[in-house]
Amino acid sequence: MNEFEPKVVAFVCNWCTYAGADLTGTSRIKYAPNVKIIRFPCTGRIDFMLILKAFAKGADGIIISGCHPNDCHYTSGNFHAKRRWMVFRTMLDFLGVDVNRITFSWVSAAEGARWAEIVNTTVDGIKKLGPYDNYRKMVNQETEVNNG
Amino acid sequence: MARIGVFVCHCGENISATVDCGKVAQVTSDIPGVVVSVDYKYMCSDPGQTMIKEYIEKEKLTGVVVAACSPRMHEPTFRRACGEAGLNPFLCEMANVREHCSWVHDKNDVTTDKAIDIVRTLVEKVKRNEPLMPIKVPVTKTALVIGGGVAGIQSALDIANCGHKVIMVEKDPSIGGHMSQLSETFPTLDCSQCILTPRMVEVAQHPNITLYTYAEVESLDGFIGNFKVKIRKKAKSLDEKLCTGCGLCCTKCPVKNIPSEFDQGLSNRRAIYVPFPQAVPNKPVIDKEHCTYYIKGKCKVCEIVCPTKAIRFDQEDEIIEVEVGALVLATGFDIKRANFFPEYGYGKYKDVIDGLQFERIASASGPTLGEIRRPSDGQIPKKIVFLACAGSRDPAKGIEYCSKICCMYTAKHAILYKHKVHDGTAYIFYMDIRAAGKNYDEFTRRAIEEDGAKYIRGRVSRIYERDGKLIVVGADTLMNAKTVEIEADMVVLATAGIASPGAEELAQKLHVSYDQHKFFAEAHPKLKPVETNTAGIFLAGACQNVKDIPESVAQASGAAVKVCGLFSNDELTRDPSVAVVNRTAPPLFSTCVGCFLCQSVCPYQAIEKEEIKSRDGKILKTIAFINPSVCQGCGTCVALCRSKSIDILGYTHKQVYAEVDALLNTL
Repeated sequence: MNEFEPKVVAFVCNWCTYAGADLTGTSRIKYAPNVKIIRFPCTGRIDFMLILKAFAKGADGIIISGCHPNDCHYTSGNFHAKRRWMVFRTMLDFLGVDVNRITFSWVSAAEGARWAEIVNTTVDGIKKLGPYDNYRKMVNQETEVNNG
Repeated sequence: MARIGVFVCHCGENISATVDCGKVAQVTSDIPGVVVSVDYKYMCSDPGQTMIKEYIEKEKLTGVVVAACSPRMHEPTFRRACGEAGLNPFLCEMANVREHCSWVHDKNDVTTDKAIDIVRTLVEKVKRNEPLMPIKVPVTKTALVIGGGVAGIQSALDIANCGHKVIMVEKDPSIGGHMSQLSETFPTLDCSQCILTPRMVEVAQHPNITLYTYAEVESLDGFIGNFKVKIRKKAKSLDEKLCTGCGLCCTKCPVKNIPSEFDQGLSNRRAIYVPFPQAVPNKPVIDKEHCTYYIKGKCKVCEIVCPTKAIRFDQEDEIIEVEVGALVLATGFDIKRANFFPEYGYGKYKDVIDGLQFERIASASGPTLGEIRRPSDGQIPKKIVFLACAGSRDPAKGIEYCSKICCMYTAKHAILYKHKVHDGTAYIFYMDIRAAGKNYDEFTRRAIEEDGAKYIRGRVSRIYERDGKLIVVGADTLMNAKTVEIEADMVVLATAGIASPGAEELAQKLHVSYDQHKFFAEAHPKLKPVETNTAGIFLAGACQNVKDIPESVAQASGAAVKVCGLFSNDELTRDPSVAVVNRTAPPLFSTCVGCFLCQSVCPYQAIEKEEIKSRDGKILKTIAFINPSVCQGCGTCVALCRSKSIDILGYTHKQVYAEVDALLNTL
């Protein structure tokens, strides 16, 4: 039987989590290959519409990760990201989007092992939740209605 | 039409061991816009770079994707190569298929497929890249050295001797750091003070060095070449220009029972004090916490006795603003103190001391004038036990790492002890003897063979007091874990070296990364050991990891060279990844609606109001303008902007949305 292999997109900041994921590699810590990373200068740059875009395009789960509080390379970008996420999360939940498919975390440049752990935990969680076809169906219906 | 070249690197076997590089090149050649896709053993090598350059010229490439290691490693290399071939460097992107793929997954099709997805993502990004021109900024050729220990001193002198101005900030009343507290240094047993104090004086007298003692960094703004630093000069309650350093005040002060920080609490100092006789500057400060005048409002004995009337009780902290081009962090380390080892009675029994306290006892300038006498009753200990690895290499205590210096200084302590107490016996409990260094192993052999130190391989479980003796209970693992009990007169714990208190707070002020133990993080563990992730800030000495003196000095000189290298330029080029507000044709001018929400979130105050005026000067619209020389490119304004009028060059909306599409293979 083919096990469901979820597609997970990770939006990470350049200074902490991207470097942390580099360290995971340098330390040769293995993790699930389902996660693919897109690099941003800072979590503050991450436009949360990207989450909806990614779900619509086939992602089953999403990771957003940046510097720990107070460690932001740009002083406060991660705080803005966190506040924005708290509001956005409530809204997504209200709209019926499954917020359990989104992991928001802090991984520093020194936490290679933590990155692997977050990836594996997220992937395991998404495997239990299954593919996120519901959202895609919903979006496609809307598109049809709009087009029709 | 885009003409993209994809260059897949094997990185020896680092990538090709788990990723089928040939297949990556073959599949990615079918991506629309890709005109050439090749794989090669070492893309970063000279032939590899030449190949890229040749393809750029031959195929008239408009973009390059190098599928290799992390862009944090070789992005500058490949961008430079592209630049040399006439392609704008910012049209080159790296697909990280090593750190994020080949090194973290097993060899199978999934891993190769992931590598292909990663390359596809970057191809779609690079198709939407715009040529960018680096921003030029001037360089302020002054360095700030934070910390006045041996590392800071070395860095400051090296930079100053190259002809650049240096500002040194030290939080204590004197420079010198931990090295000034040591008695002798391994492996040569030369006197620490004798080699350090001349250098301390040199710092104070150097025409290029401005020294601020009893001062701390308050805040840091700006960027490489153009930092603005606020320094808090704590009030010394003293006019330094008038004070001659005669020391009369220090002998007359009635508050006599404050444990001396310099002597590690083994002697007392006054409320107005010079930390040690060789201090630089050799002028006292008033400890406001303990001074009777500051507590009760009367006393002023020091003011009365001062022959030059230099005491200033009304002095307040002063904030000094300086502009510097680079920083060297040399804030050093600390050791684990009492209460961390309840099982060893450290902090409970007076004769259980730490290594730094033993240094003071053994030091000729110390509280016992160099005689080995125990703190409790001043007796000469005839049996002394040293515990190496007290806290280090102990995951149960949260310190997994080896503190590195303890094996050597414990051997030194045993030798110093035997040189002074000929009939005494020194026992050393150790886990392993780690004596890697020039003449280091010979030194520990000398402790064992010539000076008769008794090394016992095993750990100590408990220390308790019985009939005035300290009973050290341990196991000898080379004797089948036999229990060993030693009735000692004194115990010295080689406690773990830890990050200096306040390191985390300082790192956050300076936006420098640090590890889980609060040591500052280097930019690359091998190739960038003195750089931090923040450009223009360098590391020296034990603030990065516990180090001995030769290593600290070597790294400090390394940091100094990095600073001098930076200062050899009159201008620097900065990454042009900055945010811009779009401009469109009239009558809209820009999709910016002028809400200025972006202004309040910008950490750099880079966003200004721009008025668009008609020919006769009438204001048609007010929109946001982002000053490119101030913007650091975090992009917080981009994500916030409600009308999506701001874009960040290099991470535009077009680019990142295309990346999402490509990553999920839905284009």
